[in-house]
Amino acid sequence: MGMTITEKILARASGRDRVAPGENIWVNADILMTHDVCGPGTIGIFQKEFGRNARVFDPEKVVITPDHYIFTADEKCHRNVGICREFAAAQGLPHFYDPDGPSYSGVCHVTLPEKGHCRPGEVIFGTDSHTCTHGAVGAFATGIGNTDAAFVMGTGKLLIKVPASMRFVIDGVLPAGVMGKDLILRIIGDIGCDGATYRAMEFCGSAVAALPVSERMTVCNMAIEAGGKNGIIAADETTLDYVCSRTGRGFTCFASDADAEYFSESRLRAEDLVPVVALPHSPDRVADAAACGDMRIDRAYIGSCTGGKTADFVAAARVLAGRRVAVETFLVPATVEVARELSGISLGGKSLLAIFREAGCREPAPPSCAACLGGPADTFGRTHGSEVVISTTNRNFPGRMGSRDSAVILASPLTAAASAVTGRVTDPREFL
Amino acid sequence: MADVIRGKVFVVGDNIDTDQIIPAEHLSLVPTIPEEYAKLGSLALSGLPAPYPRFVPEGRMQSPYSIVVAGRNFGCGSSREHAPISLGAAGVRAVLAESYARIFFRNAIATGELYPVEVTLRLCEKLRTGDTVELDLDAGVVRLSSGEELVVAPLGDAREVIRRGGLFEYARATGMIR
Ligand code: SF4
Repeated sequence: MGMTITEKILARASGRDRVAPGENIWVNADILMTHDVCGPGTIGIFQKEFGRNARVFDPEKVVITPDHYIFTADEKCHRNVGICREFAAAQGLPHFYDPDGPSYSGVCHVTLPEKGHCRPGEVIFGTDSHTCTHGAVGAFATGIGNTDAAFVMGTGKLLIKVPASMRFVIDGVLPAGVMGKDLILRIIGDIGCDGATYRAMEFCGSAVAALPVSERMTVCNMAIEAGGKNGIIAADETTLDYVCSRTGRGFTCFASDADAEYFSESRLRAEDLVPVVALPHSPDRVADAAACGDMRIDRAYIGSCTGGKTADFVAAARVLAGRRVAVETFLVPATVEVARELSGISLGGKSLLAIFREAGCREPAPPSCAACLGGPADTFGRTHGSEVVISTTNRNFPGRMGSRDSAVILASPLTAAASAVTGRVTDPREFL
Repeated sequence: MADVIRGKVFVVGDNIDTDQIIPAEHLSLVPTIPEEYAKLGSLALSGLPAPYPRFVPEGRMQSPYSIVVAGRNFGCGSSREHAPISLGAAGVRAVLAESYARIFFRNAIATGELYPVEVTLRLCEKLRTGDTVELDLDAGVVRLSSGEELVVAPLGDAREVIRRGGLFEYARATGMIR
């Protein structure tokens, strides 16, 4: 009996020849990521349990990316970034992305691959549920809590249960106007918010193979919205092109065996997919964008680890070029590299930034998580009343963007931009 | 090691995510700092929309409800350990849900804050907030005030980890780490 890619990676990380779903195994971590929200708690537990002078298991493998609440007057938030900063200095961590320094980068899940911390075949743990994003490069990546993270910090290991894998085969060519976001929302809509709980979600097929790495990140990012332990796409030429220019460390690529055993297999025809949205207040309330045209929106939000990458802004600019937005439109590039590209990349002779300005969007905020998860009252783009927001983010449970009375509709950057132009939920194919 | 937890229940529905358990705006509180741990308790379940009643009364640090009863996928959403911690800090000893999101379940065990117990029945439709139940982990049942006894899924090895106070206490007690 063969193994899935997830099983092969976990077997390697546990020093075994093979592992099977349901087995509890100790795996070695290749990367541990934490940020300003969970870093201080993790550090607190690490110091309490291993001693104030304890050293992290490997400074090269601990990455700290303050990104959540970094532009606010809130004092506790500043203190928390300070705790991370002090710890990074005391431990001599080479990969601390200090928002107050030249290494400032932005959102953890876009920073990690950009800065070369994600490699195929590796095991990546992060104190953030969207750590599953990094399955996009063929790694096993999953979110953990502070206590588990403190354990990894001290020992480099974690006891985990091998997940059974669900296989999603998407063959064909995605129609124009349909993005990775629509694909993953469709799947979440089909299987529900707990449809993949405790399991790996493996994506493959010719439509997946045709996706660039940033779109693969969007797909894997939202595996957690179906309860998945990890999302994963086996590495191919596209992956290697992306990864090899960013890392100097060697790695091994794995792929599922033809006779691997799956919990389930679902097949989708790319040609059948259409632009969709997830209606308030759950990511699995998926509906065709074209069928929601009577839903008015008050604002549009383009940002986050899901929908704030360069390709997401390029998509939004394709719709917004030469048009005006009808509602307040907030732009938050995920990282400094993305922010730079807003000026560096042009469409039809105009920079993305110029297109957004002419369309009447608000000036982009500095890279961070911003209103993706509400945050302190002064967070950029946070809701305070009963706003209806169409957003490229990943979660829309009550209160996610701040106010409990506000409502969030999840969409691709194309759909969010098209909706910003009309002021109601709009299928972007009307504009392409 | 008799674990019998008797108390009033607070009843919620399906897909109660971590933002409803502890809203993101309070994540600047660091659970390892004792005053902030207590403050997290006072804010437990404060993200629930109307018409849910308050879980922790105004001006109080702890909840009168020591057991939360929920439907499917309790604790979905983020990996914030603040979620089981805020419930534990509020005085919750157990959650009785039909199913859990994976990270919440794991965090509940790792922190030792509460017993995340699975019930096979839709208890959230059977009970009302304020009802009293008795969870008997040895017997593996929950007893309702009507006298009815319902079997709960065994917690297996996780029970001992929680009973000892979490992953580190367990690892130390069993010689896994020094
Ligand atoms: S952008 Fe949003 S989903 Fe992504 S890490 Fe930040 S808060 Fe989490």
